[in-house]
Amino acid sequence: MYQTDNLVKDLVEKHGRQRDSLMPILQGIVEKHNYLTDEAMVEVAQELDISAAEVYGTASFYSFLDTEPRGKYVIRVCKTITCAMKGKEEVIEALEDILKIKVGGTTSNGLFTLLETNCMGWCHKAPAMLINDIPYTELTREKIIKIIKDYMHK
Amino acid sequence: METKKISKVDLIFEHIDPREVLTKAYGMTRDEIIDEILESGLKGRGGAGFPTGMKWKLCSEEKEKTKYIICNADEGEPGTFKDREILDRVAYKVYAGMTIAGKAVGAKKGIIYLRGEYKFLLPQLRMQLDGFLKMSNEIGYDFEIDFRLGSGAYICGEESALFESIEGKRGEPRNKPPYPTHSGLFGKPTVVNNVETLVNSVIILKYGSKKYKQMGTMFSTGAKVFSVSGDTPIPGIYELELGMSLLEFVKEFGDGDTKAVQVGGAAGFCVPRKLFASTVIGFEGVPTGGSMKLFNSSRSMYNVLHNYLEFFTEESCGQCTPCRVGCQQLLRGVESVKKRESKSTYLNELVKLADTMKIASKCGLGQSVGNAFKSIVENFREEIIY
Amino acid sequence: MKKNNIINLTINNQSVSVPEGSTVLQAAQKLNIHIPTLCNHDDLCVAGNCRVCVVEQKGSRVLVAACAQPVTDGMEIMTNSLKVRNARKHVVELLLSEHRADCTKCYRNQNCELQTLANEYSFGDHIFLDLVREHEHLIDNTSASIIKDDSKCIRCQRCVRTCSELQKVSAIAVSGKGSEMKISTFHDRPISHVVCTNCGQCVNRCPTGALTEKNYIDYVWDAIYDPEKHVVVQTAPAVRVSIGEDLGYDPGERVTGKMVTALKQLGFDSVLDTDFTADLTIMEEGTELLTRLKKVLVEKDKETALPMTTSCSPGWIKFIEHKYPEMLPNVSTCKSPQQMFGALAKTYYAEKRGLDPENIVSVSIMPCTAKKFEANRPEMRDSGYKDVDYVLTTREFAVMIKQAGIDFRTLEPTHHDSIMGESSGAGAIFGATGGVMEAAIRTAYEIVTGRPVPFDNLNITPVRGMEGVKEASLKIEKCKKEWSFLEGVELKVAIAHGLTNADEVMRAVSNGKANYHFIEIMACPGGCIGGGGQPIPTNINIRQKRIDAIYEEDMNMPIRKSHENPEIIQIYNDFLEKPNSHKAHELLHTHYLERVRY
Repeated sequence: MYQTDNLVKDLVEKHGRQRDSLMPILQGIVEKHNYLTDEAMVEVAQELDISAAEVYGTASFYSFLDTEPRGKYVIRVCKTITCAMKGKEEVIEALEDILKIKVGGTTSNGLFTLLETNCMGWCHKAPAMLINDIPYTELTREKIIKIIKDYMHK
Repeated sequence: METKKISKVDLIFEHIDPREVLTKAYGMTRDEIIDEILESGLKGRGGAGFPTGMKWKLCSEEKEKTKYIICNADEGEPGTFKDREILDRVAYKVYAGMTIAGKAVGAKKGIIYLRGEYKFLLPQLRMQLDGFLKMSNEIGYDFEIDFRLGSGAYICGEESALFESIEGKRGEPRNKPPYPTHSGLFGKPTVVNNVETLVNSVIILKYGSKKYKQMGTMFSTGAKVFSVSGDTPIPGIYELELGMSLLEFVKEFGDGDTKAVQVGGAAGFCVPRKLFASTVIGFEGVPTGGSMKLFNSSRSMYNVLHNYLEFFTEESCGQCTPCRVGCQQLLRGVESVKKRESKSTYLNELVKLADTMKIASKCGLGQSVGNAFKSIVENFREEIIY
Repeated sequence: MKKNNIINLTINNQSVSVPEGSTVLQAAQKLNIHIPTLCNHDDLCVAGNCRVCVVEQKGSRVLVAACAQPVTDGMEIMTNSLKVRNARKHVVELLLSEHRADCTKCYRNQNCELQTLANEYSFGDHIFLDLVREHEHLIDNTSASIIKDDSKCIRCQRCVRTCSELQKVSAIAVSGKGSEMKISTFHDRPISHVVCTNCGQCVNRCPTGALTEKNYIDYVWDAIYDPEKHVVVQTAPAVRVSIGEDLGYDPGERVTGKMVTALKQLGFDSVLDTDFTADLTIMEEGTELLTRLKKVLVEKDKETALPMTTSCSPGWIKFIEHKYPEMLPNVSTCKSPQQMFGALAKTYYAEKRGLDPENIVSVSIMPCTAKKFEANRPEMRDSGYKDVDYVLTTREFAVMIKQAGIDFRTLEPTHHDSIMGESSGAGAIFGATGGVMEAAIRTAYEIVTGRPVPFDNLNITPVRGMEGVKEASLKIEKCKKEWSFLEGVELKVAIAHGLTNADEVMRAVSNGKANYHFIEIMACPGGCIGGGGQPIPTNINIRQKRIDAIYEEDMNMPIRKSHENPEIIQIYNDFLEKPNSHKAHELLHTHYLERVRY
């Protein structure tokens, strides 16, 4: 379980207590911890004087504001048409093989979560994926193995 | 209908001295700037194609003190990636376009809503912005620019959903009217322009509307950045004059076996081979935000349609009935026809549903789902059923 | 924008003029043209999301939502074109496809807005596939008050708007998007474990059976038919002016006598009145207020909290427990009239009637869903038993009348039984916003000064009305000797109904911006007459009619002040000694707890 005490307070300090600060605050928590715990959402709700259900409802609208536990590195493989045409399934297979998890899963060491996502704007270099914020394109099995190994050793 | 040959241009990515255009615009009155943009015939490059000059004019006429210029960089339409490229290579032109728009409408604050998928660009964008603001201040502009990030929601590219998102809420489109130029972000008059549109406004001010209008056709002036992907040997970004026929386009970009082109992304139209020659790419024909996806004969149009419908089923905001439930019904419907759980004639019911979604949905997303659905089902019915 | 501009338009080729800012729907209503709606509700802001009200506007490529479309000059609207009919039918069919249409077994059968639309637009076979998913069959029945069944939800968001706009609670919000969009509590927690106040305003506005009150009808029938049990029933003040609506009467019809007869015919052993304990509440709460005033004004006691707020509304109590726990000392320790009744039914009443409290089943008929939760609070067992065994809403009571085959219209009116069936007009007005305040002032003023309140016919009009927050003050002069410390004091009071208004008042109090002595708060708009257990539909006109009936009830009572109720005088003489006595504290007062913030 991560500590949100200072993080939420710091983010609120930085972005303010208005409703329009909600997104940057939630994004700031996710940037640091990859997902939003219930405790963090409740704390944000109290700081911004809105209901916790509204914080959850807003977060759950955005696919990058996860409210379920995620690994340190969140892999999002594009599943939209061009990537699907250009070998997205092989990308998923390669990732499932190397990480030993299925889509939606998180490795037992808490390092990787494997997800799919919608078009991320790399169709001309399909197939593509994001690891946290970093895009990787024109993926092949070999390339994927190398990328993941690099992350494992980070 | 007039059609043009393929004509590549290099205006968007061409390096210019922004100081020159900004200084020129600084010396112009608000009306002069707006007139120039109106005169150019520039229409929004995000896909909807609203006349940019008109948008600026409407916002300019509003009496409110606080107004906003928003750069819509929530490029989420499947098959579109040109805005990322523009921001990566010539962000200063985007900043310049916003600054000029700000002067034209009387806004002092600009916000770039950048999709979360492009967050990796943010550090370089911020750095470039610092330099830009220094320069624009020197010229005399009093216009600030800020970034807001999306977090993975296609619908936030819809302008009123984008406002909701910036305001810290779920990205659910609002009822219109009121329109953004009257009541937009925080209820203030707001201009929302696509990344490419803003760069075009800079091009127009640099070269003049007369020269700009020489490109393209009467209804589709200028050039456009196309994002070309799918079954093409040369995927990538191309800046082309508007008004070419799809046949010309396929000759240039196809792999010799193109059976269909999806123009305008998942929200656009699927054009089959037999209609290539008669289809003009532009506002008089098939409009596009730039997404051009080519499919060759190895592709199943059922899979293409299924992929689009899954996309919309997930990316609909979910608030209005025709879109939320309609997308699910179209998706489950084609699946059940494919699996022979429903009769093939059920497709006719689904086409009628798609028509209802076009006219009864609350926003552009729901209204455009029917485009891809109808054009694929009507042109590739056999592939959907068998 | 210029005000009072008149806009001319045509709807179905009929001309109509309406003020600028009106919607197409409002213009159509003026012409008596019916446009069906679902997400629209008079009490809530415009959503425009169900799309049932789409109409054709000449010159527009798309249809427009009548509820959200502002009128413009020269506008031409068609509400019944083929295009409109086809689209509307599709919209209704789509809603039905995500709705578990279990109509014959549904609690809202025959009072369901979706069902009505289906009857009008989509009889015959369903066009589309059934989308109701297995996991949605999981019904949240963790709350003692409210059941949430997502499989019947059509995502109109009325409940969400109610919870946020009217109640400022937002225990429920919209979550997810696309096909996963739904109405959720915080991270889908059970409704019993979040900030829900159980007020049931969402239930009142749900167009389908997705949100309903938890039903205790069968338990009550079992008790009635158990020969070992003596079943007493109490009727809340607001029920007698609303139950008629569920039995074919127009809003605002008072049916007190018939209601009592119906209860007797249902088989209750004794039909008693919550109005009696409303009078008792005035004695206890009035005394508590005067005591607090004395402690603060005379003894300068820093521990005593002022302003004091009322405690009759269990929705309000749960609200403050979640949201302003630091202000719990301000809440009167008096139990609500329902719970005072329950505690006395199994003590005083049992003693007087020579009954073993073990065999008494205490039932209440309430305009309220939160009362179900209140009766289940572990604190509410001061009689040594569960003080109130079952709480039925006005709606459940109407169902029982129908189940029993009673022809309500032909019933002869009868009077409540005794003891604990006698009441005053002051007790009766508890059902309307401002009523508790008025009743309290009628008694407290007279106790302190020895004179009746200085208002015509005892009608304290400044505390009446539908305004969200009302303020009033009353100068106390020529006190009796023992109350001389109040001489010249200007008693300042406030009244709020609906929790959004309550929140506003509490904020003002906690910021030090308000210096009231006494605040009446009711969780529901209009007070109990607008309660979450009242007949559906509700709107401001219906609520106003119920309130008018309440004041009529008061005017028709021979006794108008709580302290003059002979049964009240008797209970203090025979059992409780005096207000706020040790025994009264044991049975009639309670305490509160801090609750979670989500």
